[in-house]
Amino acid sequence: MTPVLEVENLAKHFQMHHLGQRLHAFEGISFTLKAGEFLLLRGPNGVGKSTLLRTLYRSYLPRAGHIWYHTTEGRIDLATAADVDIALLRRREIGFVTQFLIARPRVAAEDIVTEPLRRAGFAAAEAVDEARRWLDEFGVKRDLWRAYPTTFSGGEQQKVNLARALILPQRLLLLDEPTASLDAGARAALIRRLADLKAAGVAMIGVFHHPGDVADLIDREIELTAQEVPEDVAV
Amino acid sequence: MTAATTALALRAPQLMTTPPLLTMTGVSRCYGDVVALEDVSATVYPGEVLGIVGESGSGKSTLLRMMNLEDTPDAGDYRLALPDLPGNLFDLDRFARRMLCATRIGIVYQNPHMGLLMQHTSSGNVAERLLIAGERSFAALRGRAREALEASEFPLSRMDARPIELSGGMQQRVQLAKAIALEPALLLLDEPTTGLDVSVQALVLDTLKRLQRDRTITMVIVSHDLGVIRTMADRVMVMRRGRVVEQGLSDQIFQDPQHDYTQQLVHAKL
Repeated sequence: MTPVLEVENLAKHFQMHHLGQRLHAFEGISFTLKAGEFLLLRGPNGVGKSTLLRTLYRSYLPRAGHIWYHTTEGRIDLATAADVDIALLRRREIGFVTQFLIARPRVAAEDIVTEPLRRAGFAAAEAVDEARRWLDEFGVKRDLWRAYPTTFSGGEQQKVNLARALILPQRLLLLDEPTASLDAGARAALIRRLADLKAAGVAMIGVFHHPGDVADLIDREIELTAQEVPEDVAV
Repeated sequence: MTAATTALALRAPQLMTTPPLLTMTGVSRCYGDVVALEDVSATVYPGEVLGIVGESGSGKSTLLRMMNLEDTPDAGDYRLALPDLPGNLFDLDRFARRMLCATRIGIVYQNPHMGLLMQHTSSGNVAERLLIAGERSFAALRGRAREALEASEFPLSRMDARPIELSGGMQQRVQLAKAIALEPALLLLDEPTTGLDVSVQALVLDTLKRLQRDRTITMVIVSHDLGVIRTMADRVMVMRRGRVVEQGLSDQIFQDPQHDYTQQLVHAKL
């Protein structure tokens, strides 16, 4: 089976100009991911698990290496692809789920969840029905659907975020601690959804504070370890 | 992106097959000894929102004025992928520029006095744009002005009030209605919310977002307010002293800024 993702020798550091120093994140990361596979990233705090996810999503620019993503038109290196191509893939194929919601002022919960569907061409009424179904599934109370999530608690915001991020099936899902601060009901709903997506062939890479939550889904694990890095790595 | 990654990107397969709506190449402009723009290039794809940030005097508003053909650079090329618009738009004469800007490009200025006739009615301000485009029937003018004002969430009960009688937020809505009345391909926004209080700012941004979603208008937004850019833009261009120092996806610019200046800018905000 053709892989969805082939990561080769990926490296990331942060050049902090005001400190005149470089913060090392990780290097030499390589792995392959196929459709329907679930890869767990393990390692202690600060070892670069979330940084790796963000680098794959291109919120962070990699320093070296390749992120080969296979599309129907051939493979594209997400490490160097044009911004517009990355934006296009994010709209259609690559999802990122965090525990944090970026809520815009004055936008209702159901409108936030509807957005990906509207962009994908769903009719307004259909999109709203679907959004409500998922808000309900994740346990967001009905009387909050038209309210603004900027005022919600952390847990409620996260449910809105999950509904939005998982409403459309993607080809590749990057999961950054999606279960953190969820109540039991929402956690169960999330795991059900992930299992369905996996069965439908969605490839996933996840960081979980309690990997036991998703034990049944995990196919493989990568352990990230703190690396000693020489002071002057060539850029 | 660094020069090296840009060079690599050119060899990668292109997923985006639609050509850019706006392509600006090598635009430079000096005013006397002052270098306002130096070798600036930009592309904006259909339906995209490009944000331009930078400190005062960085050239961001000058660049926006160039996009609105209000000035001609010393060097550079500017193209819009629209029917009947071949060649470098900077070569167009004054009349052709005026027609193009009236019909295909909308602009909202920070200062409503620059975009509106303060002593005319609000609906009249919007209708003026339609008149330039050749609309002559009074009923049609009024109907279309009403539609544009409504889309900009302007209270129609006040459509015959003069902008000078309106609040800053309302004046911006009249400017917006005027800018979108002819459904332009490109909407330029120069600090559209600067000087408005935060609740009004949120309302105006919300209106812009909705317009962008419902009508898929391509937008270029200039602001020194990074929060506004973060909310609105898909991609961001960072300018300093007339040059583009960095550009990238909005989340990358804010989470992993590469250039020293961008880091200073982002850290000052967060």
